[in-house]
Amino acid sequence: MKPTDIQQPDYFHKVVDCQWACPAHTPVPEYIRLIAAGRYGDAYMVNWESNVFPGILGRTCDRPCEPACRRGRVEENNGDKPEPVAICRLKRVAADNKEDIRNRLPKAPKQKNGKRIALIGAGPASLTVARDLAPLGYQVTLFDGDSRAGGMIRTQIPRFRLPESVIDEETGYIIDIGVDFRGGQRIDSLKALLTEDYDAVFVGSGAPRGRDLDIPGRKEAAAHIHIGIDWLSSVSFGHIDRIGKRVIVLGGGNTAMDCCRSARRLGGEDVKVIVRSGYEEMKASSWEKEDSVHEGIPILNYLVPKEFTHLDGKLTGVVFEKVKAVHDEKGRRKLVPTGEPDELHKCDAVLVAIGQENAFPWIEHDIGIEFDTWGMPVVDKITFRSTHPKVFFGGDAAFGPKNIIWAVAHGHDAAISIDKLLNGEDISDRPAPMTRIRSQKMGIHEWSFDNQISPEQRYKVPWKDSKITLKDIKVEVELGFDPNTAYAEAQRCLNCDVQTVFTDKLCIECDACVDICPMDCISFTLNGEETELRGRLNAPALNLEQDIYVSGPLKTGRIMAKDEDVCLHCSLCAERCPTSAWDMQKFLLEMTHAGPGCRNKPQRKAA
Amino acid sequence: MTYLAKPKLHHPALAKNKVGYIRRDYEGTVSTLCAGCGHDSISAAIIQACWELDIEPHRVAKLSGIGCSSKTPTYFLGNSHGFNSVHGRMPSVLTGANLANRDLLYLGVSGDGDSASIGLGQFAHSIRRGVNMVYIVENNGVYGLTKGQFSATADKGSKSKRGVANSDEPLDMIGMALLLGATFVGRSFSGDKAQLVPMIKAAIEHKGAAFIDVISPCVAFNNHAGSTKSYDYVRHHNEAVNRLDFIDARDEITTDYAPGEVVSVTQHDGSVLRLRKLAADYDPTDRIKVMHYLQQRSAAGEVVTGLLYINPESSDLHEHLDTVEAPLNQLEASELCPGSVALERINASLR
Repeated sequence: MKPTDIQQPDYFHKVVDCQWACPAHTPVPEYIRLIAAGRYGDAYMVNWESNVFPGILGRTCDRPCEPACRRGRVEENNGDKPEPVAICRLKRVAADNKEDIRNRLPKAPKQKNGKRIALIGAGPASLTVARDLAPLGYQVTLFDGDSRAGGMIRTQIPRFRLPESVIDEETGYIIDIGVDFRGGQRIDSLKALLTEDYDAVFVGSGAPRGRDLDIPGRKEAAAHIHIGIDWLSSVSFGHIDRIGKRVIVLGGGNTAMDCCRSARRLGGEDVKVIVRSGYEEMKASSWEKEDSVHEGIPILNYLVPKEFTHLDGKLTGVVFEKVKAVHDEKGRRKLVPTGEPDELHKCDAVLVAIGQENAFPWIEHDIGIEFDTWGMPVVDKITFRSTHPKVFFGGDAAFGPKNIIWAVAHGHDAAISIDKLLNGEDISDRPAPMTRIRSQKMGIHEWSFDNQISPEQRYKVPWKDSKITLKDIKVEVELGFDPNTAYAEAQRCLNCDVQTVFTDKLCIECDACVDICPMDCISFTLNGEETELRGRLNAPALNLEQDIYVSGPLKTGRIMAKDEDVCLHCSLCAERCPTSAWDMQKFLLEMTHAGPGCRNKPQRKAA
Repeated sequence: MTYLAKPKLHHPALAKNKVGYIRRDYEGTVSTLCAGCGHDSISAAIIQACWELDIEPHRVAKLSGIGCSSKTPTYFLGNSHGFNSVHGRMPSVLTGANLANRDLLYLGVSGDGDSASIGLGQFAHSIRRGVNMVYIVENNGVYGLTKGQFSATADKGSKSKRGVANSDEPLDMIGMALLLGATFVGRSFSGDKAQLVPMIKAAIEHKGAAFIDVISPCVAFNNHAGSTKSYDYVRHHNEAVNRLDFIDARDEITTDYAPGEVVSVTQHDGSVLRLRKLAADYDPTDRIKVMHYLQQRSAAGEVVTGLLYINPESSDLHEHLDTVEAPLNQLEASELCPGSVALERINASLR
């Protein structure tokens, strides 16, 4: 193998698994250390800069970081249950405990730059664009059909998971920068909007249409069959405050989980979720499934809805066909009937949460925006520009339903495109991230971070008594970590951003690092081709997603090869190294956002 | 040296041996030696060897004297018996322990100061008596604990860290062990675990006095240009006479070797040592030739390593003294005091 090029920003970025997995590339270990230090405001700002909604995401994020977290891998075969650091809930700790940070937020300059930008839909994608562009002097106008900002955050996420005050606070931070928010002004025609001569338009209107289930009885029993996201939205706005006693929720995604838990709080006594596929394959996050089951909601699987039964225009139940999963020769899974008799589940109401679709009835087809055969706009995956030079898409509106954190990432990228476009630059030329790497050595055995590895298992977030939470849909279920538990959980973080940096010229091949490494990550061996080399390291490096850090040739002709996979970043290799060939260096990667940093042209000409 | 304990977390793929332990279970407390000390590598090699041999930690006694080397038993086999004895007196304490309980595995760990100076007489007598033990000398050629004066094994002409040349002749512990009748003699290097681990394993399975001289650079005081015990010097002058594959009596022999490449030595317990020849015509069972060869190579400035000598027909002190089979602590009062009838019989036989 060739020596690893650690100058390449991606190399160490990949080692920080959580940051690499986060669509917005939030520097997770950096803010976790700040939480441990009780610097909640600073931790909040690190988050705010990357992901814009720390308080909201700290309660609702889909957490792509957690399955990626190294802690989950290093705990394997080391205890009862390997689990990642509770990254998401630590983020909430920063949001809940921070001091007033309003004076640290940017403000739009009084002198505007003369460029006008329209944002359609006040969800997370548009709000991110607004946050990135308003401080730069752009005149940002944000349209939404609802009177308050937030989009799906406000309409689809139930209050028992996300209190309204948190939404008001974090959307407010953005509006208060100096965004012209036109609440209640729904855009019905993009063509008309384009005539208003905006310099750029961003569409962040989400995926607002819930998929319906067209099976016999649907029309006849329509009064008690609701589309999940519409129903959640009505609940959210207080238009609906009751549901029948027996409720069936169809669908296995997070919306289904929100529906069943909401129904449980609005009078549903016998609420169950029924899914076509197996429990394991459900799209809902594992913790959301667990939370539903915890509230006494059974999840029945391998049942395909066949018919709504009804009597005198009133829904009486749903008939299901029993299926099983069969894998064909190509390994594809198919659901085939088991041949057992159909099952009737009696109920008073059904919530259909089987998916969401995009809908753009308000975008005319003669204005230069192309749509593909699925009715989705043709959008560039990097610049987020549509086939219209001034119109950009992001969030669910761009590539279909995803999560808040993806919408934020799209928003950042679209903001860069808009900023570059309006500065006359090539928008396909993307800015590199800002990286810094610094030694953390403070003394012979002293580092600027806690390198002692906590043996603790993941802490559970405490819940409010279900006697209270199941009665009032507005009472938040999770209480959040208290500062002491937050500290203990934060200490489980392995500080993967503090990198083990090896200098081959200094190494005397004494084996001290090999002997002390608790995870057998380091080997000194003859070089070889990667696959072969991986097999003969001190511990075979079988996780191909994780790189091998390879040095140049050493005095004996061997190389140092370090498997990054389960490194604890405990620094013992560096403490044991007699020549400081190993050093612990903090790698900080910050994404470049819209602004002078993303542009190529010098901002000021020489006088 | 570090102030932190090594984290308990281990690699998820670490295997358990036949007695149910992972390699990490054979560790001791974290080492307080200098960073980069060769002794820590020897500790790691002992840990690896004991894990591979499926040794139950409570069946091992590790004994040492005084010095950096003699601190190391704290850093391996944390669940074994240990005795940190008086300076240079490890061989006597070990001999006594061995006589009292022959069932344990005796690991004597010493250094060049402990064994070649103050304990030279002790070393000599334990070897010549054929005590069943593994005697490891962690040899760095300096007194590390007292800041780097030459020890008795420092080569004549080698330079101290401050540039002063050594004017004394070195003490050749390998040569002495051979003269004194050690039945297993090896030399290795702390920086070469591929050689050291099988050598320790073979020594553990050997019955009789097994002596291993491990050159172990002192990073703090003897790892400079002019030293003959530095990492660089040993690597440049290392002449391995053979590579050792240790095959446990219980394991099947699966490795294939080209004909003529290998010498197999079967020990008394059935374990097989397979030596891949590196030096042509080197016969590790011919003591006279071995001594001659070593003197020759040493004169040529080479550091000869490998399994230098083995006597497959070895015996030990218990055999020589015809002692009782059971450890003394297992002997019952009836065996220790056979009664007046037996006494009468003995007295009568002496009249």
